[in-house]
Amino acid sequence: MPGTYIPLNYLPVLIILIVATLVGLLPLLLGIILRPKRYYPLKLTPYESGNPPVGEPQSKFSVRFYIIAMLFVVFDVEAVFLYPWAVAYDRIGLYGFIEMIIFIFILLIGYIYVWEKKALEWE
Amino acid sequence: MNIGITAIKVVIVISVTMLHVAYVVYFERKVIGHMQARLGPMRVGPHGLLQPIADGIKLFFKEDIIPSGADKPIFYIAPVIGVIAVLASLAVIPLWEGFSIADLNIGVLYILALSSVGAYSVILAGWASNSKYSFLGGLRSSAQVISYEIALGLSLVGIMMLSGSANLSDIVRAQSDYPFVLIQPLAFFVFLVSMIAETNRAPFDLPEAESELVAGYFTEYSGMRFGLFFMAEYAAMFIMSAVATVCFLGGWNGPDFWVFSYVPKIAWFLIKVYALIFFYFWIRATLPRYRYDQLMGLGWKLFIPLALVNIGVTGLVKESSNPIVIKL
Repeated sequence: MPGTYIPLNYLPVLIILIVATLVGLLPLLLGIILRPKRYYPLKLTPYESGNPPVGEPQSKFSVRFYIIAMLFVVFDVEAVFLYPWAVAYDRIGLYGFIEMIIFIFILLIGYIYVWEKKALEWE
Repeated sequence: MNIGITAIKVVIVISVTMLHVAYVVYFERKVIGHMQARLGPMRVGPHGLLQPIADGIKLFFKEDIIPSGADKPIFYIAPVIGVIAVLASLAVIPLWEGFSIADLNIGVLYILALSSVGAYSVILAGWASNSKYSFLGGLRSSAQVISYEIALGLSLVGIMMLSGSANLSDIVRAQSDYPFVLIQPLAFFVFLVSMIAETNRAPFDLPEAESELVAGYFTEYSGMRFGLFFMAEYAAMFIMSAVATVCFLGGWNGPDFWVFSYVPKIAWFLIKVYALIFFYFWIRATLPRYRYDQLMGLGWKLFIPLALVNIGVTGLVKESSNPIVIKL
């Protein structure tokens, strides 16, 4: 197809992904032939210090982890905006610098809010 | 671009790295051993030199146990995802002038993206094992990895401002006069601590704190699958040390006078990487483990503000060295 963009730079990335997948899978597939398979129910119980497992393992977890995940999204997007700015910093000069200061300042207000709300405390 | 040559390069780099990973484990056991006034592995081969190979062969012959109630497909692929994410990061590391498998202009972003993919393997393994220890370990680890990833990413912004590029080879070329650690010491400090937290190593190895969580997210893993997690962890240390070398210590650049100019460039790179790996082990032998609340507090309340301050100061200094021209 004419005009189709083929990202040739990324071809080695595809190759390394394929080779890395092989490196991950081959030992496991090779192991199927070599390793013993003698299973019985007691061996397959999840480890809980030798006692029979009690309760559901995947039931509830602390909401803190959820908050951290949301904060991560906000701050990671900030970091992603900073990258192109940093690379182009020589060309955009003082104007770009002041704009980014304003951007970081707005995020800083959110950061202080999160801190005040004790979302960063793990008692 | 010749696909065949690239494929050969990829296979060579990956197999050399795997060999390195095996011997980094040996190196760690020896270093920790001597720091604790022991000898470390001594039995297999002279000075225990064949120990990593014996360990590898042993793992092949170990039974592959999948706990009842585990989410089988996810349990199967979680360690493979970890290995893929780590090994694929090798693509952009410049080993010497003009040699990197893929010379991407977004090298820094690529490394950070793949280290996020690595977090998937941890949380999927924790979720799929159907065990409380694994579940808690997986949650802790993913929270820790994503928290420190922000500090890690922000500490590299200063480097990109100085070199004007996110291509790792260009970053090294920008350091031909002096390494960036001299003008970005704060960013280097933030990166150094964050990289230890990011790879779940001591003193931030909370997810696998054996005193409370047995082995964290890989409690239920055995045999070669456990081996893959182990491999991914040590290869991640190698990658992180390589990124620190490239971004802060000048990569393949070395002193260029007297006998030093005959040393091959790759040797400078490897010396710096191994110094950083030794630093990992040194820290592990020296410091006690952090508490989880201390760890999260350190990341969110100290390192993220520090990294932001570093960006601001770098911008100011760079701006003040230019003649001020107000363009509107």
